[in-house]
Order: sequence, then C-alpha cells, then structure tokens
Amino acid sequence: MLRGGEKMDGKFHLRKLLSTGNNIFQLTAITLFTFAVMSWLVPDTFFTMRNLRSMSFQFPELGILSLAMMLAMLTGGIDLSIVGIANLASILSGFVFLRFLPEGASNEVVLFFVAVVVCLAVLVGLLCGLVNGVLIAKFSVPPILATLGTMQLYTGIAVVLTKGAAVVGFPMQYSEIGNASVGGIGVPLIIFLIFLLLFLLLQKKTVFGINLYLVGTNAKAAAFSGIRTARTLVLSYMLSGALASIAGIIMTARTNAAKADYGASYILQSILVAVLGGTNPSGGNGNAAGILMAVLSLQFLSSGFNMLRFSNFAKEFIWGVFLLAIMIVNFCTNERHKT
Amino acid sequence: MGKLLKRNEFILFCILLLFACFVGFVNTGFWSPLNIFSLLKSSVVMGIFAIGTLMVILSGGIDISFPAFSVFSFYITVKYLVAIKYQGTILLPFVLAVFIGMSLGLVNAFLISKFRLAPLIVTLGTGSAVTGFLRAFVGTGIIPNLPSSMVAFSRMNILNTALPDGSIASLSVSIFLFLGLAVGAAFFLKYTTLGRGIYAFGGDPVAALRVGFNPIKIQCFVYGMAGALAGAAGIVHSSLIRQANPRDLEGFEMEIIASVVLGGASLTGGKGTVLGTVLGVFILVLIKSSLILVGIPSDWQKVVVGAVLITATVATAYRMKRHA
Amino acid sequence: MLIALKNICKGFAGVEVLKNVSLSIASGEIRCLAGENGCGKSTLIKILSGVYTPDAGSIALGGREYRALRPIDAIRGGVQVIYQDFSLFPNLTVAENLALNTQVSKGKTFVDWKEMRTTASESLEEIGVSIDLKKLVGDLSVADKQIVAIARALLHNARLIVMDEPTTALTQKEVGALFSIIKKLKEAGISILFVSHKMREMLDISEKITIMRNGAIVSEGEIEKYDARAITYHMTGHSIDEVRFEGAATEGDVPLLRVEKLGKSGVFKDISFSLRAGEILGVTGLLGCGRTELALSLFGREPADTGRIFRDGKEVVVGSVQDAMARNIAYVPEDRLTEGLFLAQSITRNLFSATYDRFTNAAGILDTSTIRSEASEMLRGFDIATPNSNNPVRSLSGGNQQRVVLARWMSTKACILVLNGPTVGVDVGSKFEIHKKLREIARSGVAIMLFSDDLQELISNCNRILVMHKGSIVCELGGASLQENDIIDCLRRLS
Repeated sequence: MLRGGEKMDGKFHLRKLLSTGNNIFQLTAITLFTFAVMSWLVPDTFFTMRNLRSMSFQFPELGILSLAMMLAMLTGGIDLSIVGIANLASILSGFVFLRFLPEGASNEVVLFFVAVVVCLAVLVGLLCGLVNGVLIAKFSVPPILATLGTMQLYTGIAVVLTKGAAVVGFPMQYSEIGNASVGGIGVPLIIFLIFLLLFLLLQKKTVFGINLYLVGTNAKAAAFSGIRTARTLVLSYMLSGALASIAGIIMTARTNAAKADYGASYILQSILVAVLGGTNPSGGNGNAAGILMAVLSLQFLSSGFNMLRFSNFAKEFIWGVFLLAIMIVNFCTNERHKT
Repeated sequence: MGKLLKRNEFILFCILLLFACFVGFVNTGFWSPLNIFSLLKSSVVMGIFAIGTLMVILSGGIDISFPAFSVFSFYITVKYLVAIKYQGTILLPFVLAVFIGMSLGLVNAFLISKFRLAPLIVTLGTGSAVTGFLRAFVGTGIIPNLPSSMVAFSRMNILNTALPDGSIASLSVSIFLFLGLAVGAAFFLKYTTLGRGIYAFGGDPVAALRVGFNPIKIQCFVYGMAGALAGAAGIVHSSLIRQANPRDLEGFEMEIIASVVLGGASLTGGKGTVLGTVLGVFILVLIKSSLILVGIPSDWQKVVVGAVLITATVATAYRMKRHA
Repeated sequence: MLIALKNICKGFAGVEVLKNVSLSIASGEIRCLAGENGCGKSTLIKILSGVYTPDAGSIALGGREYRALRPIDAIRGGVQVIYQDFSLFPNLTVAENLALNTQVSKGKTFVDWKEMRTTASESLEEIGVSIDLKKLVGDLSVADKQIVAIARALLHNARLIVMDEPTTALTQKEVGALFSIIKKLKEAGISILFVSHKMREMLDISEKITIMRNGAIVSEGEIEKYDARAITYHMTGHSIDEVRFEGAATEGDVPLLRVEKLGKSGVFKDISFSLRAGEILGVTGLLGCGRTELALSLFGREPADTGRIFRDGKEVVVGSVQDAMARNIAYVPEDRLTEGLFLAQSITRNLFSATYDRFTNAAGILDTSTIRSEASEMLRGFDIATPNSNNPVRSLSGGNQQRVVLARWMSTKACILVLNGPTVGVDVGSKFEIHKKLREIARSGVAIMLFSDDLQELISNCNRILVMHKGSIVCELGGASLQENDIIDCLRRLS
C-alpha cells in the first residue's frame, strides 16, 4: 500500500526487494546466454577444453576483487583502492622473497616462505583496509574521496618501492598458486570458490553480514539498534583490503611478476561485476551469488572478444558502455516495480 | 559571515605563502622569475580543469571523466586540423575542442539527470568508454606536428625579463586564459541566478526544485561546462607541450579533485569558491614542483598527492562536523 | 475563488491515491486540511504546488485553467508551500534564502545582491522579526528557520500559503505568534491552508475544515459545526473514546530505574526521578527544554556528564547504546523514518535489528528457522498486518511501522521502555492501538517513560507527568483528576 505522501525517490531505494531466487535466475540466464553466443561466434577457439581451462584461471582474481567491491558497496560506500592494495601487497611479498629467501633453498623452506608471504600480504591488505575504514568511519571522509586518496597513496608507495619496475623472482612454488590444479580444478578457482562460499554464509547467516546491510540502508537507525556502526564499517573495509591482497597474490602467482600499475582496468570491471551482480551502489542490497554469475559473464565476453580480435582498448570501451547500460536497465526496472 | 568565508581562503593563502617561503628558504632559486613563471604556466591546465570540476562538485556531483574527455577532444581536433592542413588562428582549435568536450559532458548530464544514476559511476563509465574508443578506433600515435597557430600560442609570452645568465624568462599568455576563466566563473557563480542555483541545488536538491530551479538545466550546465573546459584545457595542454599524445593526462583527475577539495569545496555540494579552488591549484602545483627542489625524488609524487588529498578531505570533514 | 482543484485523480504504480478530489479556497480564508497519514493530503498539496501532475482533473488558478501545473506556474499564481522541512538552503544566507525565489520567478538572469538584501529585510519587517541576514540558514534555530520560511512565502505576492504541520517544532509562545501572523495575513486577503493533525490547532485557528480519508474528501464545512470527536470520526471512520490509564506502580519495591541529579552541560541539569514497574511516567515541556536529550542520555546515545543512574538499586554506567541495552533499557526514537526503520529492508530484519545476536549458534551462524517463527509470533502479538514478513517495511502504514519498532524493542526483553513521541505522524486509529499496547506492556511489569508533547496522550496514559523547562524538572503532576489545563497552566507560569 503506497502512502500518499511518499516522495518520489527515483534511486535504487524504490526497488521492490526481489526475492533472491528471481534475480539470480535472470542473471544465470544472462550468463548462459553469453556463453552460448560466444560459443556460436567462435566455436573452434571458445568452446574448447583449453579455453574453458584458461578462463577458469583468469576470472578468479576479478571475482575476488568484485567481492571486495561488493562489500564496500553494501555499506553504501565504494573502495577504489583495491587494486592499489593488491599491487602493494604483492610487491611487498616479492621483496620478502628477493631479500630473505636463500639461494637453492629446500622445498620445505620455500613452502614455509610462501606461507609467510601469503600471511604478510593479507596483513598488508588488512592494514590498508584499516586506514580506509578509519578515514571513513572515524573521520567521516566520504568513501569516494577516502579511497581515491588511499589509492594514490598505496600505488605511490608501490611506485617508490619499485621505481616503476616489475618485481620478479618469485619461486616456482609460489607460482603454483596461480597455475597449478588440484583434482582438475585450478587453484585460483578453488580459492575463489572458497571465498564465495564464505561470503554467501556471511551475508545472510551472520550477524556481521546482516549488520552490513542494515548500516548500508540506514546508519543512524543501525546505531539506534545498538549496532556498532563504526566498528562494522572499519571491519568491512579491512575485509575488502584482505580480499584485495588475496586477489593480488593470485595475480602475481599467475604472471610471476608484481608491478605498481598492474590491473588498472580491474577497478572499472569490478564495479561492473558488482553492479551487474545486483549490488546497489547506494547500499543495503547485494548478493555474492550474483557476483559469480556476473564475473563469469564478463569473462566469457572478455575471452570471446579477444578471440574476435578486439583490442584491449575496444574492450575498455565496451565495459564502459556496458556499465552505463546496466545502470540504465536497473533504473527502468525499478520504475516498473515501484510499489 | 562574509568574514568567515574570507577566513577559509585567507588560511589557504597563508598556507600558500608559508609553503612558498619554506621552499624559497631551502632553495633560493625558487624566487627567480624563471621559476615563478614556470609554476604559473604549470597551473594553467590544472586550473582550467579545476574550475569545471568545482562547478560539478558544487552541484553535489562528481566527475572523473574530464581528463578522458579532454584528451579525446584535443586529439581529434588536432588530428582533423592536421589532416586538412589547417593554417588559421587558434580560435578554431578551441572552438572544436570545446564543442566536443561539451557534447561529451552533456552525455554525462543526460545520464545523471534522466536516470538519476550515481555521478561517480556514470563518469567512470563514460570516461573509460571514451578513452577506450579513442585508443581503439581513432589512434594511439603521438601527433608531433601541431597546427602552426597552436605552436604560436605556446610561444605567446609577455613580461620578458632578462636573467643574470643572459637568457630571458617570460610568462605564458595562457595564464590569462586561466585567470580570465576563473574571474568569469566567480562572477557567474555569484551574480547569476543559474550560478546561485548551482549552490542551491548542491545545498538541497529538493528545495531547489520547489523554489523553481530546473534541475535538468543545472546539471546540463555543470557537466556540459566541465566537458567544455576540459576541451579548452586540452588545447592549452597540447599546445604547451607541442604535441598531441593520446596517452596523456591519465589519472589527472586525482590531482584536480585534490586541489578542489583542498580549496575548501565539500563533496556533498553547496560549498566552495573559485578563489579557494585557484589557491588550491597553486598550492598543489607548488607541492608537486617543490618536491624536486627540496630533494624528494619524483616517484614520490603520487604518494604526496594522495597524502594531500587525504589530509584535505579529513580537514574538510572535520570542519563540517564541528559546524554541525 | 482563489484556487479550485476539480476532479483530481492521481495514482502511483497502480495504486489510486486521490480519487476525484475537488477543493476550492476563497480569498482570505483560513482552511484546515485534516486526515490521517496516507489519506492523500500530502499528495494533494504537491499537486496544488505543481510538484506532481494529476492523472485527471484540472486546476483553476489566477484566472487560468491548468491541466498540468509546473512549480513555477504555481509560484507565479501566488501559491506558496511551506513544507515541514522548510525547504531552505542551509548553505546559503538568510538574505539569499528569502530573496532567491523572487529572482527565479521573475526569470532574472543576473542576481542583484542589493535588491535581495532590501527585499529580505523588508519581508522580515513585515512579520516584525529581525534576524541577521548574513547568517547561514543552517546555523539558525528551528523557530527562526520557520520564520524565514514564512517570510519567504510572503515575498512574492503570495495569495495562498500552504503550511504543512507548521507548529510541530514551535513553543507555545511561538505558536501564538504564528497564529497572529496568520490572522494578519487573512486581513490582507491572503488565504492559508494548513495541514495539521493537532486537534487543538484545527479548532482554534481555522475557519473551515476539509477532512480527507482514503484519497477522498469525506467532510467539509465551517469549523463551528465540528468538535474533536466529530473530526476524529470523519478522519478514521470510527468513534474512538480513550479511557484513562488506570495502571498502578507496584508498591514498595526497589524502583526499576532511579536517576539522581543527572546532568549534561548546557542541556539539562539536576534531573532526579524514580520509575517503578508498571508505571507510565510522562515527560513533557516546551521546545528546547532538554527532554529529548534526557531520553537519549538514558539510552546511552548521548550520555550525561554528571549524576548517577541506578538499575534495580545498583549503580550503573550508561555510556553507550550497548550499555543501555545490557541494562534492559529500550528506546523508541522520535523520527521512525530516519532513526528507527530500515525502509528498504524486510520486516523481519527490522524486527530483529537489535537482537540478531540471540539467534546465533556456537559458530556464529544464524538460525533462520527460529527467526522466521519468532517473527510470525511478534507480528501476531503486535497486530501487524502484512502478507509476508519478507516484504520491505516500507510497504506498511505508519502505524504498523511504529508497531514494528515497538515490537523490536520489546523482543529485547526490556524492563524499561523509553518512548520519544511514539505517535507522531501516526493515524488516529493506530495511535489508540499503540496506547493500548503500551498499557498492556506496563501491566506486564515493564516501566515506561513517555516523552511527548501531545498533552492529551500524556493525560490519558501516564500515572505521573514531569514537566521540564530549560533543562530542569519544574513540576511533577499526577492524580486521577489531572487535566490538560493543569499542564498548560504549569507551562504558562514559566513563560
């Protein structure tokens, strides 16, 4: 029943809370459709085991970055620094290997180092996320500005540390993270799926997860409900930072190099995936299952475009247009569903 | 109240002066005409961008597409003019670039006002789309030979001062373009209804609608103007470096936004002045160039800009909290 | 006729909000528009002022007939609306807020600051007030903001001024001042249409009343022909008589809550009182008396600086909302839309926003089936009508929404319930339902503090009433024969 005095708030807020099932159904349909189209357009190269395998190694890093972005959007914010964090974390990891790993070390020692480095990277991610969280929650800096600034800062630190050059010399065991398979499934994919499952659990089945939605919908009411809003925000940005650093680990493990400006286009893509996956940038709405479908769709498109000989620039153009198109479609759907 | 406003700009002016004195103390070469003129020249392109960005931020929005629009505008303009072997005045390049930039800006305005989409995401999308389009379909090569009028523009100087070592330092005329635009913008914002409407809209968009302001008109104006100014800045930039490089200005939006926020504008809208923005630009230019003078390597630039942006936003947010 | 709305129909997303509404207002008339929340009066106002376009019908204004009015047409036709939030620009000066309208409606391109200042000061003089023109409106008090809003409305040959709940944030004295202004305007031939739910004001100041219910006008006429009961009857469709609360505090026990010399610098001081189980203690006072701040300090949202709080006889510290909740203190906020509810979230989430912790197992995972069943129970227990608890809480009426907030807090097993303006903006029918529920809660052994400025509500429901003024308690009233006038006398003695 619409109350007569209700103001015309045209933004996402008027979206009727579509049951998760419906939305995911639509998204799955889009994903399958994309796959079908690409298979039809370039059957010899796209619809092959080799390509499927290759794609399954490529999308997890974007998937994890998109989860990080979605996390920030749930509370009504955004995290533009995730790629910066990913690069910084992996560069620091590279330095640890270069400085401390002795030549010709045994397998056990290298594995130990790998474990230490992974922990270190996650720690870096947590710290960077902490800075973001404190700026946003304690100093009330708008998330756009805070993460714009920290993005510069983290990337800048990475540039200073590396003087712009790539950090190489990661041991073979480390690159296993990015290239090995367990039971036929690539390690990056396994990592992504683990985090996806954790996220699915978190978002609807933990108090922290629900608090994220509540804070993103109305931070004041959340405070009045006894929710520690500042703590929730800080934790969410720390989690985003940690996810970003894990994405960074996968990125460098795959390519065996860490660089300060790697993956710049991932910001646009992760926002695209988050929005396509049903996350509302104003907060309070989002589902990790949607992220899975969206990142798959994007990967299919990306690989397909590569095979159709689209340049990277053309792809960037398409992603930009795509993002705008999704936002427009969402707006129109909202208008129709207005209750 | 007028005193309060002046106080903010006054503080900025003091910061600028103090900083200049500090750098001048460390490196006496700072106060030479050559250096001052060079600093002023560096602030022209930034300043023109900043004016456009200020107006968008005043209206409560944000724009990160303007560097992309700028590059697109100047590259296409130059490419076209070179192809037709253009020999005329600098006027046409400006007109073309401004027109292209403004059209792109109006696309932003359309998307933001008609579909009520978040300005950050819209301008992220349009900026990426335009950059991608430019590089994919127009070209990636540097055009080394600009039309003669643009080269001539870059050579237009005044205040030719003789230096002790015999060379001549002079001030680029482009500084007057910047200052002229700044004065024009300040006048517009203070003395026209539309200008006050931008402040009103940024302060409370619903109230603005009720008072009779047209939100579509306001948004078309600010985003269109940001695009137009981006085009103009692009021509100046291209002229000053004497080439058209489609890979320029990448990531420049950070510095511009940093200088606008430094100048006292609030991201929520309705707060900020042209004077503050100009001072913010000068301070940032000073910071960037003095890094070298005080012996900090240039890779630290990004770190410094990031730190400045963070400090400026914390200071603004802190001030607003105290006010509330 | 100054303005005539003819056969206006308006709907949103298939729901009809206004059904064939016709309203005419003559020059120099003081009209009240009454109705419950959701009856369509806000939509009608927006159509009057051009913000919404009717689906059918027309508007006759200034000699012209309009099918669709733009805001600028309404303004030029002399219609000025003062919304509850005043629609002022906090970042602009008083002078600008006053005069910017005129510049816009005259279609001027350039702003003449000198003219604006003159216009501004003249308009304030007309009402006989003086406010610093250079101050930013964001820095003004609520009462001053309203004055600026009214002065602004007068500025362009307003022929009809619409006021939406104008007295909500005014003190008694300021209400009096407002009414004299309204009378002065009437003499100048200007009509006033005011929307109110305060019975007293409707009866005191209006000449004619129009009552709406469910999108249609159900009654209209000279105010002399109506009394409070009649108005309530038309607004709700039923007759409602509220009986005084007869609950008794349990004697002799240690009070559930005792407050000793509680103070917060600049806001309130020396507050002491006791609260027993089963009691409903009312707190009222004029605007700015500090009662909301007191309520927030009891809930830990804005803790006090000095004084002591005792729960069940033991001294406690309430330094945060978490502390208050740990002491079984609950708070239903003043503004449920911005402080109490998560509009886009489901009813279930709104019900449990404060208590999700209770449903986690050892691993921290929520038990969704228990949540579901408890939600159904709560909805039944509080009479909240909804087909599906997963629907957004936004889909509920104001009264039902308030019940969700109440249910949420009662599920925290609170012993002390602090309510701040619980029936503001709630329709008359729901209001009485909520009062019934509160009495039931009190009878179950909970102690209730009711902060309100609705005197009738306080009289009907409280054992005792504390009156605050400028931060201190100045009267404590009680007894079965307590009347509204007793409270008004106490307040009058103060001003």
